[in-house]
Amino acid sequence: MNTARPKREIPGTVPFDGKQARKGYALNKMCYSFNSAANRAAFLNDEDAYTASYGLTPEQCEAVRARDVLRMIAAGGNAYYLAKLAGIFGLDMQDIGAQQTGMTKAEFQAKLVAAGE
Amino acid sequence: MARIVGAITTSHVPAIGRAIARSLQQDPYWKPFFDGFIPVRKWLKQVKPDVAIVLYNDHGLNFFLDKMPTFAVGAAAQYHNADEGWGLPTLAPFTGDQDLSWQLIETLVDEEFDITTCQEMLVDHAFTLPIELLWPGQQRHVRTVPVCINTVQFPLPSAARCFKLGQAIGRAVEAWDADERVVVIGTGGLSHQLDGKRAGFINKEFDLMFMDKLPTDPLWATRYSILDLVELAGTQGVELLMWLAARGALLGEVSTLHSNYHIPISNTASGLMLMENA
Repeated sequence: MNTARPKREIPGTVPFDGKQARKGYALNKMCYSFNSAANRAAFLNDEDAYTASYGLTPEQCEAVRARDVLRMIAAGGNAYYLAKLAGIFGLDMQDIGAQQTGMTKAEFQAKLVAAGE
Repeated sequence: MARIVGAITTSHVPAIGRAIARSLQQDPYWKPFFDGFIPVRKWLKQVKPDVAIVLYNDHGLNFFLDKMPTFAVGAAAQYHNADEGWGLPTLAPFTGDQDLSWQLIETLVDEEFDITTCQEMLVDHAFTLPIELLWPGQQRHVRTVPVCINTVQFPLPSAARCFKLGQAIGRAVEAWDADERVVVIGTGGLSHQLDGKRAGFINKEFDLMFMDKLPTDPLWATRYSILDLVELAGTQGVELLMWLAARGALLGEVSTLHSNYHIPISNTASGLMLMENA
C-alpha cells in the first residue's frame, strides 16, 4: 500500500520534522549544551575540538564555521537550539533574521514595523 | 470546589526579559506592549487567583530531542529557572502545587491523554516571562503548575487536540476538591517566524481573526492543520496552540475583558487577551 502523500511545501520554511531531527541531531545536541556557561567558554576556546567532540558532520562544521544560519538549517539545525549558538556571539533574533533574508538589520527591522501598518 | 476564574494568553519572546532587565517598559519601542498588561494586573489584584496553570512550550531548557514529550505536566514542589544561553537573568524559583498537579495528571490520563509527568522541571522564558509580566518584580504569591506542549519537533499535537487538552484541564480543576481560584495562562505567539528565508513573517490579518474568534468560536482555529498554521502564522506562530489550550479550559460562558495587539516586539506580533469564565 502506498501511503505517500505529496510533500507540503511552504516557501522559505523548513518544518523541523523527523527527517530534519535525524539529520541535525549532533548539531542540535551541541547547541543544547550551550545552556551551560562552561560549555560556551569551551566552544570559544577551541571551536574545532568542541564541534568534533559532538560528532558534527562536515556539512554542519562548515555551516557553523561560516556562521551561516541557512546552511545550519539545511544541515538539520533547529531554530530554538541554534539561538543558543547565536547567543555566544551576542547576536539577537533580528541579526539572525537579517542574515537569513539577505537584508541589513535596519532593513529587517523596518520590514517588521511595516507588518504592523 | 475549585474554580477557573479566567484565562490569560500572551506572547513570551526572550526580548521581553531583556527589556525588563534593562527597565525599558516605558521606552517608546516597548511601551505599547507593556502597557497592555496594566488592566490584566488590576484584574488579578481583584480576583486574586491562588494557582496558575501555565501552558507553554519549552525551547530547549528542560527537554532536548533525546526525549521529547508531546504533553508534559509538572509535579514538583518548586520549579527552577536556569541559564538558556543568552544572558537573561535567572529568576527566583516558582512555587508549585503538587495537589493540583496530581489532580491534572490523574484526570488527563483518565481522559486518555498520555502525558509525561515531571517531578523535576526547569522552566524557561515561555513560563517565567508571562509570570513576571503579570506579577512584576518577582512579587508573586501565586502557586504554579507548568504544562508543556511540544512545538519543537514535528509532528506537533493538532490544534483540535490542544483545545481538547485544555477542556480536560478545565474538567480536572472543576472536579478538584479544594477551595481554590485557578487562572489558566497560555503563552506564545502570535505570528512570527525566526528561521529560514521567510524569517520575519508576520500575518496581522490572521492574528486579528484568531483573537476575534478565540473567545466565542474557538473551534474556528481547530479546522487548520499544523502545516496550515505554520503557513498562516509562521513556524513559531504555531505557538498559538497554547492559546487554544488555555481557552479550552474555560468551560463556562466566556467574555473578553481585555485584549492588546502590537507589532513588533523583536520579530513577533505580540498578543494579549484576558478572558473571563462566567
